[in-house]
Amino acid sequence: MSSISDSPRGSGFHLSQLIYDTRYRSMTIQVVTFLLVVLAIWQLGSNLLANLANLGQEPDFGFLDSRAGYDIGSGFGTSIIGYTSASTHIDAAFVGILNTLLVAFLGIVLATIIGVIAGVLRLSKNWLVSRLMAVYVEAFRNVPLLLWIVLIYAVMTESTPQPRAFRVDEAGIADAYMVFDAIAITNRGVYLPGPIWGPNSGILIAVFIASVIGALVYRRYAKKLLFDTGRLLPMVWPAIVIAFLPVILLFFVLGRPVGLDYPVLGGFNFSGGMQISNPLVALWLALSLYTGAFITEIVRAGILSVSKGQSEASEALGMRANRTMSLIILPQAMRVIIPPLTSQYLNLTKNSSLAIAVGYPDVRATLGGITLNQTGRALECMLLLGLFYLALSLIISFVMNVFNNSMKLQER
Amino acid sequence: MKNTVFLGTLTVAGLCAAAASAATLDDVKARGNLNCGVTTGLTGFAAPDANGVWEGFDVDVCRAVAAAIFGDKNAVQFVPTTGETRFTALSSGEIDLLARNTTWTMSRDTDLSFDFIGVNYYDGQGFMVPKNLGVTSAKDLDGATVCIQTGTTTELNLADYFRANNISYEPVPIQTNAEAQQQYLAGACDVYTTDASGLAATRATFEAPADHVLLPEIISKEPLGPLVRHGDNEWGDLTMWVLNALIAAEELGITSANIADMSAAPTNNPEVNRILGTEGELGAMIGLENDWAKNAIMAGGNYGEIFERNIGENTPIGLARGLNAQWTEGGLLYAPPFR
Repeated sequence: MSSISDSPRGSGFHLSQLIYDTRYRSMTIQVVTFLLVVLAIWQLGSNLLANLANLGQEPDFGFLDSRAGYDIGSGFGTSIIGYTSASTHIDAAFVGILNTLLVAFLGIVLATIIGVIAGVLRLSKNWLVSRLMAVYVEAFRNVPLLLWIVLIYAVMTESTPQPRAFRVDEAGIADAYMVFDAIAITNRGVYLPGPIWGPNSGILIAVFIASVIGALVYRRYAKKLLFDTGRLLPMVWPAIVIAFLPVILLFFVLGRPVGLDYPVLGGFNFSGGMQISNPLVALWLALSLYTGAFITEIVRAGILSVSKGQSEASEALGMRANRTMSLIILPQAMRVIIPPLTSQYLNLTKNSSLAIAVGYPDVRATLGGITLNQTGRALECMLLLGLFYLALSLIISFVMNVFNNSMKLQER
Repeated sequence: MKNTVFLGTLTVAGLCAAAASAATLDDVKARGNLNCGVTTGLTGFAAPDANGVWEGFDVDVCRAVAAAIFGDKNAVQFVPTTGETRFTALSSGEIDLLARNTTWTMSRDTDLSFDFIGVNYYDGQGFMVPKNLGVTSAKDLDGATVCIQTGTTTELNLADYFRANNISYEPVPIQTNAEAQQQYLAGACDVYTTDASGLAATRATFEAPADHVLLPEIISKEPLGPLVRHGDNEWGDLTMWVLNALIAAEELGITSANIADMSAAPTNNPEVNRILGTEGELGAMIGLENDWAKNAIMAGGNYGEIFERNIGENTPIGLARGLNAQWTEGGLLYAPPFR
C-alpha cells in the first residue's frame, strides 16, 4: 500500500494522480459523483420547465391570490380563517393547514397515550391482557392505514342514526333520542352543547388559569417536601380541589356568566352548540390507533432496555409496582423511546394527508386537491404542499430533539 | 468522456420523448391500441359489465375512435380516472383521449392546455334527494349537507348557486361516484349533486330508485365532451371528426343495421358516400384509411343508437334526448358538413 501512496519526489503534479494517487482519488470520486448528481438534477429540472413551457404552463403562483370559488365544510380551520367561497386559494390552503395541524396534534396526543398504556400492558404478567395488546398491535400495524380510516368511518356512519331520525313525529315518538337532551350522536358528527361567553366570563377564565398554576405549584411544593423531609403529602385530590373549586364557587358568585348553547334539530341538521364531525373523529381515531400500535412496540422495547436490577432494587425498597413503573422504569426507558417516537410522530403527521378518503378538509384536500384541480397548477401546489410538510416535520423533529436532550442522562 | 456520453444519452432520450409526444396518432398506431381515460364507474356512461368489459356512452366514443384508426373497436385500453386524476393523466400522455363526462370550460380549454373536440352530451347540474324529505325545490335546501364530487365544476357551481340564493349548506367532498352513492344512501348527506345525467345513472343503480327524486332546478350549463391535449391538431381533428361522423350518421340515417348495404356501393346521397368512403378521399385528410367512419359507426352504431343503448329511455337510466336530439329534431346536435 505504501508504495502506491508515495508520490515520486521532485516531479510535479500529474493529472493521472487524480485517479492513481490514493491521496487524491477519494476526492476525485466525490467531486465527480457530486457533479453527476447536480447535472442529473439540473437536467431533470430544466426538462420539466421546458416541457411545461411547451405546454404553455410556466410555474406561476399568481393563482393563490385569485378567488377560490368553492366551499369547505365547517370546522376548526374554516371558522378561524372565516373562509367562504369568496376567499382566495391561499385562504383555502390555510384552512387546510389548520385542519391538518388540528388532527396531527390530536393524533399525536392520543397515539402517545394509547402507545404508553398498551406498551406497559403488553408486558403485563396477566396472560389475557398481554395477549389482547399483542392482538391490537398486530391487527393495526399489519393492515394499511387507509383501510382503517375508511373502516372506522364506515362503521361510524352506518351504526349511528341520521339527524332526521331525531325528529319527533305526531305520536311524540322519534327513532333516536339525544343523550341527556344535550348530546346528539349522528352519522355526520357528534353535536355537543357549546359555551356562551357572557359578561364577566373573562374573569372566570383568568381565575381558572390561576388555579391550575396554583395546583402545579402545590405539586411542586409537595414533591420538594417529599425529597427534603420524606413526608408524603396527598398529591391528587388537593390538586383537583385547588384547580376547580375556586372556579365553581366564582361561577355561582358571578351569577353564571357562562351559559350553554344546546344543539337543536333544524331543517336538515342540528344547529347551535359544537359539532365534532365524523370525518375528523374517524381520521383521528384511525391515525391514533395505527400509530399507537407502533408506539406500543417502541415503549415495550424501551421498558425492556432498562436493566432488571432497577425494578428489583425498587421492589427491595418497598415501592409499589405502579410507582416503580412511573418513577424508575419509564424515566430511564424514555432515553430509548424518544428517538423512534419522533419518527412515529412524523409518520402520523404525514399520514394525516389521507384525510380526503373520508372527506376531511386537510391541506392535501384543499391546496393539493380542490385548488390543484380547479387551477390545474399541479407542480406549484405539490411544491407548496411538500414545503409545508417538510417545515412541519422539521419543527416536530426540532421540538423532539430539544425534549430528547432534556431527558438525556445527566452526567455529573 | 463518460460525462459526455451520459449527457448525450440524456439529451437524445429527451429529444425522442419530445418528438414522440408530438404525433399522438403515430404513437397510438405504434402501440397498437388507444389509451382512453374514462370514469372509475358510472353506469351508462362508463362501467365494466359482469365480464369486465367496459361499456357505456363515453366508452363507445373511445371504441369509435379506436375502430376508425385500427378497424377494431376492441383496440382500446381503458384507464379509469377520478375527477382529480383525469387532467394529469391526459397532459402527461398516459391517455390519448379523455372521454369522461368532462365539462367544457374556457380555463380547461386554454389554461390547462387541452382541446375539447366537441360535445357528446349537453348536461346541467341537478340535485337528488330522498323523497321522504319532502323537498320540492333546491331553494328549500337551507342547512342541508351536500355530497359533491371533488375536483369538478359542480363544486364551483354549487358554491355560486347557494351563495347567490343566500342559503347555507355543508359540503362533503367525495372522490368517486361510488363513494358518493354510498354516503348518500347511508344518510351522511341529505343531497347528492352532480350532472343531471350522472344523477339519473346513479339513481338507476339504487335498490329503490323511486324513493329518490331529482329536483327541478338545473343550476348550470354542463356541455360534456371528450378532450385531447392541446398542440397536436392532427390528433384533435381526427377525434373531432370521428365524433362528428357519429352525429352526422344519425342525421343522415346511417345505422349499424344498414351500414353494410350503404357502404357496399355508392348511394344517391353524396354526403353519405363521402362519410362511408365510397366517394372522395376524406380518410386521407386525417391520416386514416377511407373506411374510417364506416368502422367508427359499425363499432357501436350512430350517435342515436349509442344514446338509446346506454342511457336512453328504454334503459334503467331512462334519459330523454332533450337537448341531445339532432338539430332537425329541436336539439343542439349539429355536425358540420362532410365535404
